[in-house]
Amino acid sequence: MEISGARVLLECLIKEGVDVVFGFPGGAVIDIYDALPDYPIKHILVRHEQAAAHAADGYARASGRVGVCLVTSGPGATNTVTGIATAYCDSIPMVVFTGQVPSPLIGNDAFQEVDIVGITRPCTKHNYLVKDIKDLPRIIKEAFYLARTGRPGPVLVDVPKDVLQQKMRLKYPEGEPQMRSYNPNYKPNLNQLRKAMTLLAKAKRPLMYIGGGVIMADAHEQVMRLARACRVPVTATLMGLGAMPGDDPLFLGMLGMHGTYAANMAVYNCDLLLAVGARFDDRVTGKPGTFAAKAKIVHVDIDPTSIRKNVQVHVPVVSDCRLALEGMLGILADWDGQTDWEAKHAEWLAQTSEWAASHPLSYDRAASGPVKPQYVVETIYELTRGDAIITTEVGQNQMWAAQFYKFQRPRTLLTSGGLGTMGYGFPAAIGAQMAFPDRLVVDIAGDGSIQMNIQELVTVVWNRLPVKIVILNNGCLGMVRQWQELFYKGNYSSTCFEAQPDFVKLAASYGAKGFLVETTEQVAPVLREAFALDGPVVVDVRVTPGENVYPMVPSGASLSEMLLV
Amino acid sequence: MRHVLSVLMENEPGVLSRISGLFSGRGFNIESINAAPTLEKGVTSMTITTIGDELILEQIVKQLRKLVSVIKVVDLTDIPAVEREMVLIKVAASDSRRAEIMRIVDIFRCKVVDVSIDEMVIEAIGDYGKIQAIFNLLQRYGIKEVARTGTVAMKRSMQTMEE
Ligand SMILES: Cc1cc2nc3c(=O)[nH]c(=O)nc-3n(C[C@H](O)[C@H](O)[C@H](O)COP(=O)(O)OP(=O)(O)OC[C@H]3O[C@@H](n4cnc5c(N)ncnc54)[C@H](O)[C@@H]3O)c2cc1C
Ligand SMILES: Cc1ncc(C[n+]2csc(CCOP(=O)(O)OP(=O)(O)O)c2C)c(N)n1
Repeated sequence: MEISGARVLLECLIKEGVDVVFGFPGGAVIDIYDALPDYPIKHILVRHEQAAAHAADGYARASGRVGVCLVTSGPGATNTVTGIATAYCDSIPMVVFTGQVPSPLIGNDAFQEVDIVGITRPCTKHNYLVKDIKDLPRIIKEAFYLARTGRPGPVLVDVPKDVLQQKMRLKYPEGEPQMRSYNPNYKPNLNQLRKAMTLLAKAKRPLMYIGGGVIMADAHEQVMRLARACRVPVTATLMGLGAMPGDDPLFLGMLGMHGTYAANMAVYNCDLLLAVGARFDDRVTGKPGTFAAKAKIVHVDIDPTSIRKNVQVHVPVVSDCRLALEGMLGILADWDGQTDWEAKHAEWLAQTSEWAASHPLSYDRAASGPVKPQYVVETIYELTRGDAIITTEVGQNQMWAAQFYKFQRPRTLLTSGGLGTMGYGFPAAIGAQMAFPDRLVVDIAGDGSIQMNIQELVTVVWNRLPVKIVILNNGCLGMVRQWQELFYKGNYSSTCFEAQPDFVKLAASYGAKGFLVETTEQVAPVLREAFALDGPVVVDVRVTPGENVYPMVPSGASLSEMLLV
Repeated sequence: MRHVLSVLMENEPGVLSRISGLFSGRGFNIESINAAPTLEKGVTSMTITTIGDELILEQIVKQLRKLVSVIKVVDLTDIPAVEREMVLIKVAASDSRRAEIMRIVDIFRCKVVDVSIDEMVIEAIGDYGKIQAIFNLLQRYGIKEVARTGTVAMKRSMQTMEE
């Protein structure tokens, strides 16, 4: 039977196992929306296409599956660009379908025409313009395959309206797509692994530095096995948090600009750095040339471009990090207890523990007056026992979430690391809640960021998604204000809000529940009540204005030059 | 240092802009770029000459390989390869200078493809060094206009057999 391109597209989604699509309709995709009710695919209607992209991204991060988003041509497509770039920077698997004007009109400055393939070329892993309905099934197959394999990333498929209306007999390609120009390498080179393990056997002060790649590869167990077997302390990037339990004795916390003292001192002093699925971002390395300058560096990454991009590496391993770690554990098993790792690293572990004990993450717990934002995060951690899925906005809220929530499991922190997109957290929470309807999903927000996608309150109310938003309301764009205080002589230009909405009333007007918290005593009871409610909640916590995130490595300084207070 | 890269890729719409966008977006230099179909259907071959230190070149090659449409990238700089460029040079050639210019044309086995009362158009084919030398020599007569094809290059076949 011949079916329309719109139906071909939806059939292909079913074949790919897609159960939810985040989107917003328009003229160019009306054929897809016309057919959509006939398919067992849940559609979440957002109120801004940026949110559709972030929600698909949040769904992907929480579940590990490919997130899908569907929008119309022109402004619908351009509205997704920030969401696509966000996913690209953090290597998140996602497929974005955009409608396009009918093929004969392409290039004519037609109504709602935009060259979205051109616009998104630098922020997608790959993208396609479907010129012929016959190519549609293959392209969709390839899009999902590209999104989830190798180094994952967003793929955009632009489908002209006439293609959606033409008809064809659908035959979905079986098996893995064969692409002569795309063959990600998963298997590690055994020689390189042996070199790495030999370095580890010789090292006195080894450190494992893990990143988002460990989460993507589901390699957290292998990380823990290697760390525990060889008694190696571990630090994680923002994107790697949750791969190792936040309270594990070998875990030193996050490294980098707002990393812990112990983690950054360990990087500065280690003699072997085992980097796994991390990309030496400048927020992590600080001043180039000073990062782990005393160390030999082993770097395991599936993407060759990540290796030797920012930092010289002694042993590069281009492979999937789970397979690499398995390989290293295999070599270790062959060695069969020749090394007393505990004794070999005792001095080093005593040193890292001493750093952790002497300079823990802290804030003024005894202070009277407004609520401390760090306390709010700690309370969220205690109430949820680390079992919630936490999304964050961007800024101080994000850093406090990273520091004070002791993530226990992978895929429980969803945050925009690479692009740092304000407005990410709330729609990402929608995606995560769709992936896990029964889990508690909390967006730790700032009063600035939350206003960038606040319109999605109606989406969660309508779809009965019990997402909890906790606003650390400091009345300002806190992170920028912090930089102004520290590096711009306190010139608070355009960072302190003169006007704010009443978040409780705002929630109510959308049909959500709102709470106001003004004292430290209210924090725990209100959060407990909010988390127990079976619906979306906004908690507006008035926190100390002017509270800063510490430690802080000033931009471009060495990790040893932390500001501690 | 100058490098000559040979790139094979799927001949699909927009593939050129993927390459040029990669270079501009990442701040890599392009000295010349040249694309044409190969014998194999659907495959385009591109010769790119670029300038950068060792680390930058490594990134350029890796980033090119990462593009989903790119099939193969070879840096021809360190392996035996032949490299050619054709240039058309319009040079001022008054009566008194013409003989001198013709001598240069002969020495470098160039061709004169157009002549007028006071100008000549010279066609020169050669590798980077030869073309540079011709420019250097013709400079003093006054070069009016230049059109260049950009470098094309190919691995020498001896090498293929040794492998
Ligand atoms: C306000 C703000 C402050 C920040 N401060 C900090 C900070 O203090 N500390 C910090 O760490 N970050 C911080 N960040 C985040 C930072 O910008 C980067 O996003 C982050 O450090 C990158 O993490 P990553 O190195 O783990 O890389 P990711 O972006 O997670 O990249 C993952 C790497 O793993 C590789 N990979 C993917 N899949 C696999 C696989 N299967 N096998 C092997 N490798 C794989 C990829 O190729 C890539 O190289 C901050 C961000 C913001 C917005
Ligand atoms: C879309 C976007 N615009 C601007 C910025 C720059 N920026 C980074 S943090 C920040 C302040 C965020 O303020 P808020 O959400 O209130 O969080 P706080 O830092 O106060 O916790 C800004 C403006 C950004 N990251 N994203």
